[in-house]
Amino acid sequence: MLLLRGGTVFDAALDGAPTGAGTLAGGRRADVLVADGVVRRVAPSLEPDAHPDARLLDVSGCWLGRGFIDLRAHLREPGEEHKETLATGRAAAAAGGFTAVCAMPGTTPVNDQRAVTDLIVDLAGRRPGPHVWPFGAITKGLAGKELSEMAELAEAGCVGVTDDRHPVHAAGLLRRALEYASTFGLVLMQHCEEPGLAAGPYHESPLSTRLGLRGQPREAEDVAVARDLRLAELAGASLHVAHVSSAGSVALLREAKARGVRVTADVSPHHLTMTEDALLGGGRVGYEPLAKVLPPLREARDREALVEGLADGTLDCVASDHAPHTRLDKDAELDAAAFGISSLETTLSQVASLVSAGELPAARAMDALGDAPARVLGKPTGLVGQGDLTVVDPAHRWTPTAETLRSKGKNTPLLGTPLTGAARLTIVDGAVVYDAVAR
Amino acid sequence: MTRPFRHPHLLDITSLTTEDVVQILDTAEALFEVSRRPVRKVPTLRGKTVINLFYEASTRTRTSFELAGKRLSADTVNMSTASSSVKKGESLYDTCKTLEAMHPDIVVIRHGASGAPHYVAKNMRCSVVNAGDGMHAHPTQALLDAFTIRRSKGTLAGLKVAICGDVAHSRVARSNARLLRLFGCDVRIAGPRTLVPKHFAEAFDVSVYERLEPALDDADVVMALRIQQERLSQALLPSLREYARTFGLSEDRLAGAKDDAIVMHPGPMNRGVEIDPELADGPRSVVLDQVEAGVAVRMAVLYLLAGDAGAAPTGPRGA
Repeated sequence: MLLLRGGTVFDAALDGAPTGAGTLAGGRRADVLVADGVVRRVAPSLEPDAHPDARLLDVSGCWLGRGFIDLRAHLREPGEEHKETLATGRAAAAAGGFTAVCAMPGTTPVNDQRAVTDLIVDLAGRRPGPHVWPFGAITKGLAGKELSEMAELAEAGCVGVTDDRHPVHAAGLLRRALEYASTFGLVLMQHCEEPGLAAGPYHESPLSTRLGLRGQPREAEDVAVARDLRLAELAGASLHVAHVSSAGSVALLREAKARGVRVTADVSPHHLTMTEDALLGGGRVGYEPLAKVLPPLREARDREALVEGLADGTLDCVASDHAPHTRLDKDAELDAAAFGISSLETTLSQVASLVSAGELPAARAMDALGDAPARVLGKPTGLVGQGDLTVVDPAHRWTPTAETLRSKGKNTPLLGTPLTGAARLTIVDGAVVYDAVAR
Repeated sequence: MTRPFRHPHLLDITSLTTEDVVQILDTAEALFEVSRRPVRKVPTLRGKTVINLFYEASTRTRTSFELAGKRLSADTVNMSTASSSVKKGESLYDTCKTLEAMHPDIVVIRHGASGAPHYVAKNMRCSVVNAGDGMHAHPTQALLDAFTIRRSKGTLAGLKVAICGDVAHSRVARSNARLLRLFGCDVRIAGPRTLVPKHFAEAFDVSVYERLEPALDDADVVMALRIQQERLSQALLPSLREYARTFGLSEDRLAGAKDDAIVMHPGPMNRGVEIDPELADGPRSVVLDQVEAGVAVRMAVLYLLAGDAGAAPTGPRGA
């Protein structure tokens, strides 16, 4: 039994507010009692004397909300255990405040069949920690040709399907995939990119032109988003657009949502807080592999549009897009370096930085990490009656270093950068799986 | 030649000031005569080692660097991909470390990835010279072009220079644009829109023309860039024939340029495509002067980096 006293609770249901994208219930000062594996009570004041068995924790100054769910993380197991394992990935997730993490299917072998899902669920279930909710592949081998056995994937525990960083390019196939996935209650998550417009992996701009890097314009994403929205309407199925990176995509999603299209979207912490200038690594001419990521970091006006889209709920969620790599994969000339940023442990700090900068209301930040991804997956929202809870200390100062990061992936441009805001407690099924103070 | 060179490496033009460029060109002037002597060798870099590390096929640039080193009495070694451990999958990091253990003074690198020389400079204790990286930079080409222009025109300042052709894929165009803008040149880019990046004018502060004639109007210098066959399969050009008709340089098309306008080409030329054969061999052409200047400019760069004038390289990260 746990009694969390003095925090600020964010739960739209408690305010009687309607739940849904863009919910902006304010936080309220309340105490929270966790017992029998679930949140039993949330009240303005709960006296310790009335709960003598409860472990008392002072969380004044902290934000409490439904346990954070990461919709998109590359946990690398099976197959690339030198980059990350389910154990190290879950430890990183817990330290990052996540009570559940969705494992992307781009493993070796690909999670395109029940046996692989079974293995992941089995490995993750052996030790306490954040839930691992796998995403299966849309197509066998992520090859974009034949549908995977989605009914079995769902039975085995997959919560959705995606071809990871491979967009499903054939329009007819995507239509059928949307129809088939929705038959079995699976969310379909798509990386939106038109390959014909992507001459290279970097943002097409004056900067990439100057550095001689092959780029892709914003429109490589925009035209794919526009097409996929139409296909979702045709299929009558819901679509989740992963890691939105361009201002144009935000506008398309806003318009589609206003029209009633069943679409949700997420944005990564790096696209919310960085621009292509990170490639310069602080110099005039630079080629910083730690800033190499897909979709590419873009320009200030994209970043501003993404933050605005997150604030108004056009972008439902923040997903880490955690992509751990070894030094060998990243320490190379830029074209040879692997894609991605190790971000499970910094996502919360990056979102908190938007709140402290006045760019994002705290309630929306908590929703974007907690209730919003729960809605995308059809999982329970709110605090009362369920066991996953995240407590954030928005004032905690820390600096990510290779030694302190729990992930095997030390590949983040934030290494050595002082950050503010971190998880204070991560509680899964009523049990503390991460305690920043006890550490 | 008394002022020390302020840079440990030559990685791009962007890092240089006009004074740096003038210093390199003046040094090249002083060394130019060496290649015309009966005994084409000076002892300046005796005991120094230069490794030419070429990840892309190159005949003229590699030969030019090799001769430059040899004429300064440096020991020059060529390492190219076809005959090296690179074919066995060695990373650039491991190649850097392996070569470093052999104590070179300068590594000259050509690589298909933009920024690769910057990576090498971070990981080795010696000086690094960029001999062409991806689509990014080819600083010694821009310097030898500047040397050739200055010899012909007496100055670089304020000249009207047209650069014609496949600017999108050209590190030569990028380095030349950067260098010429340092000296206030009116740089005009001409080519079909498929071969000129959308953001090029903004990125390099130059003018872009969709026709050859206005770009060549009153020009002092006209540079042609090589058109590669693969641009056809990338749907950037319909045919070499149509390119030659619309953007190929010829004596007729140069009618609007200054009477004494010079014609340049970084080579190797596709005669009949980007440049008319008669123009290439005619009195306006300085193509072979460029080649001769190349050796002198590369001698200057090696001398400034490895000779007594050189600044010490900063060394690898964490060293």
